[in-house]
Amino acid sequence: MPNLKDLKNRIESVKNTRKITKAMQMVAAAKLRRAQDAAEASRPYSERFNAVLASLAASVGNSENAPVLLRGTGKKEVHLLIVMTAERGLCGGFNSNIAKLSRSHAVRLKKDGKQVKIITVGKKGRDALKRDLGEYFVEHVDLSEFKSIKYINAQAIAKELLARFDNNEYDVATIFYSKFVNVVSQIPTAQQIIPAIFEDNSLASDSAVYDYEPDEETILADLLPRGVATQIFAALLENGASEQGARMSAMDNATRNAGDMIDKLTIEFNRSRQAVITNELIEIISGAEAL
Amino acid sequence: MSSTMQFDLVSPERRLASLEVSAVQIPGADGDLTAMPGHAPVITNLRPGILKVEAPSGNKDYVVTGGFAEIGEGLSVLAERALPLDELSQDAFDEILEEAKSIYKRVEEEFQNQPGPVDDAAKLLSDMVAMGEQIGLNANK
Repeated sequence: MPNLKDLKNRIESVKNTRKITKAMQMVAAAKLRRAQDAAEASRPYSERFNAVLASLAASVGNSENAPVLLRGTGKKEVHLLIVMTAERGLCGGFNSNIAKLSRSHAVRLKKDGKQVKIITVGKKGRDALKRDLGEYFVEHVDLSEFKSIKYINAQAIAKELLARFDNNEYDVATIFYSKFVNVVSQIPTAQQIIPAIFEDNSLASDSAVYDYEPDEETILADLLPRGVATQIFAALLENGASEQGARMSAMDNATRNAGDMIDKLTIEFNRSRQAVITNELIEIISGAEAL
Repeated sequence: MSSTMQFDLVSPERRLASLEVSAVQIPGADGDLTAMPGHAPVITNLRPGILKVEAPSGNKDYVVTGGFAEIGEGLSVLAERALPLDELSQDAFDEILEEAKSIYKRVEEEFQNQPGPVDDAAKLLSDMVAMGEQIGLNANK
């Protein structure tokens, strides 16, 4: 039986742990609200943007002079994976889920004989993929200095991607991030951004017939690079909300587990305390009898 | 025909304005245009410049760079960077001007003897300078 002093120390330390996880949970909850607001605020822009882009893309179509960002390079040999994760851990399966998805994606591409390149955004994803896929890393984007994600962060990443695309370093770019559903559920998602794909063509058909100034192709060529930044920005914000959501539920679990553990340890502590008292009594009584 | 239309100005980070307006002057890539209720549907690129909003509730000017305007039922302006004119300080202006300059320099080095991209960057820069002059901010620092 562990002695009383040890038990007492353990209870104290678990209590401290519970305080920390509780505090982290509350911080995550506050940050989650902010992250959700940011994601909410960016939605009107990205929705309109994608709608206009989709209708433009539909009308320019796959003609010869469609921009290369829309049409693609014509081959699918080199794939660039942009893996976006958090800078910090302690958020449940958030980072490892994204890493797992991108790893299986990379493995499948390899099996098909494609070439894979990886850009990591966020330290945790880099650490998780380093062992298996470290040889394919081409770039790492560090966002740990930024308290909140701004559009310029997305722009910087987009600029990097486009520069590499212009250099013919890859044919297809896919981003990996986590879609925020609610606090307990975040879905790791893969989304191809170059060449651009528009899922929603319903908006394109029913919109009015627009005049274009200067003309459709010029506008499309101007908007597509911005579209890359917009999509990355949306993904970063979505990821931010997911991270905080995942951390919140992970810390909620941890707090509850710590509570259970304290209860168990307290019972054990009381039992051994009683045992010690009983023991002492027996000693005293048998000592008195012996006299 | 109504005398006002719905106007939205959104940047990636937030919605700056959403109100009923009577006319909006837009800095289009090929020149300024003014959108009023009942305007034919147009989509146009923006150049860096000043967006002038006339509304029954008062006029307001915004600085916008990059993006596009969509005139349809109402008017939506999607600008990569947008802020109310009176919030644009000399420092903020210097910053975006500096950015345009660095783009110009980079493009110039990268695309030597290719007039297309260099001209585009030069235009961007001169648009910025023109915008600064219009506001009364010093662009020659």
